[in-house]
Amino acid sequence: MDKNIRREIILDHYQNPVNKGLTSEDGYIFQNTSSESCIDNIDMQLKCENGIIKDIVFDGEACAICTSATSILIKTLIGKTIEEAEEIILNYKNMIDEKEYNKELIGDLIVYEEVCMQPNRKMCALLPSNAIEKILEVIRNEKK
Amino acid sequence: MNRDEFPILNQELIYLDNSATTLKPKCVVDKMVDYYTKYTSNIHRGDYHNAIKTNQEYDQVRTIVKNFIHARDEREIVYTSGATESLNMIALGFFGQLLKKGDEVLITKSEHASNVLPWLVLEKKKKIKVNYIPLDENHELTVDHVLNSITPETKVISIAHISNVVGDIRDIEKIGKICKEKGLYFVVDAAQSVSHIPVDVEKANVSFLAFSAHKMAGPTGVGILYGKKALLDKMEPLKYGGGMNQSFESDSSYTLKEAPIKLEAGTPPIASVIGLGEAIKFIESIGVSKIHEHEYKLKQYLIQELEKLPNIVLYNKNSKSGIVTFNIRGVFSQDTSIYLNHYNIAIRAGNHCAKILKDDLNINNTCRISIYLYNTKEEMDQVIEVLKNSKDIFKVVI
Repeated sequence: MDKNIRREIILDHYQNPVNKGLTSEDGYIFQNTSSESCIDNIDMQLKCENGIIKDIVFDGEACAICTSATSILIKTLIGKTIEEAEEIILNYKNMIDEKEYNKELIGDLIVYEEVCMQPNRKMCALLPSNAIEKILEVIRNEKK
Repeated sequence: MNRDEFPILNQELIYLDNSATTLKPKCVVDKMVDYYTKYTSNIHRGDYHNAIKTNQEYDQVRTIVKNFIHARDEREIVYTSGATESLNMIALGFFGQLLKKGDEVLITKSEHASNVLPWLVLEKKKKIKVNYIPLDENHELTVDHVLNSITPETKVISIAHISNVVGDIRDIEKIGKICKEKGLYFVVDAAQSVSHIPVDVEKANVSFLAFSAHKMAGPTGVGILYGKKALLDKMEPLKYGGGMNQSFESDSSYTLKEAPIKLEAGTPPIASVIGLGEAIKFIESIGVSKIHEHEYKLKQYLIQELEKLPNIVLYNKNSKSGIVTFNIRGVFSQDTSIYLNHYNIAIRAGNHCAKILKDDLNINNTCRISIYLYNTKEEMDQVIEVLKNSKDIFKVVI
């Protein structure tokens, strides 16, 4: 992807992120996420019904990479089944970790394909997916 | 000043993260390498030449430190792993025994985590009260505010000499005088001050003082706890083991050595202690007051120029140390520090371990430039230029 287009998408999601602001409605599972290596700090809430992700919202303070990645991830995951979401996250993580991944699956998250060239920014990009993974794990455990 | 003595500066690097840790001069590194390559041995237990040499080098640092902070006696100087350990020993090892339910400790919201959390632990465990002396409109601590905050329950005032985000220099001599008059214990976190401005524990009537070697041109892993002799005698060790005991028997009886040795269990970071001594000699060869003058001049210049940039928000224009805290308007501080790194300018973004200062600053995260003796006006000009041209910051950071 062209560097300028990539930057435009990231900037757009950074400056106008989707679903910013937490909700007090019932049915959401909450997860905070932050890391030792950076100062990003994000709260996320996810609502799942009948195995389908109905809604995800977030709030917090974070850098351009982390905020935009949160926004794009939310956009990508809403409407997906838990299994689909797990598959997307796995492929997204593989991309950031420079492993093999399926481009077709991850949608706009492809804009972070070069984040791995700045090792200190990997965590920024992975913070929201780590939070979603934890929430999905809670949902899976509830099912058992 | 003295840039040639810092080998790390032989690369493209504008190092402005000195409040986190300072760079190390060659003399300090060489002194430590000497210990490792010429006379390695443990302390206090050997009768051979190298052990005797190690003892001499190690022990004389106590005198160097004593003279540096104008303490009365070598026995008032305890080697620790750093200011964090020193402050924990003070709060938990001394005041943990002394304070009772309802006793009050006064700190401020701009204290470093290590001068907040140990007190909060005591608040939880011993039901003491931790209260905050209000800061003024510049987020600085004034003597008047200290005076007005003291209540009949107050037993301890524990503050940084220089705060690590705002960089305000607290008048510890006046505050120490107040403590003396009111019979309060006075704890000073000197991590950000001891290599930047003169410290005199006697003049300031300090009960305890803490600092780290690595923030003063010395190595990581070692710091100092200063305590008045009579107080150190009452302090309980947080660590027990070799070196600090006089005897222990199978009938469960034991006796400890006297302070400071009873507070130094185990093999210490010997090379680092020796390196600390060399770092103090290095600083004294320049003069602490001269270092402060240099830093403050650069800070004033930086503020003067950054004030002209409408995209820069400054948080501590008035403080008299070498710390400049700012943000680029509308930009998250970490993005700013990543942007500056692109030009090999090293600063720090975050809350700088002062997590409750946000109540006062109304902002969670800031960028911090912290200046030291080797920084130059040319470096400030480069920072100003890069910040001036930050309109396209995201073209660089994304």
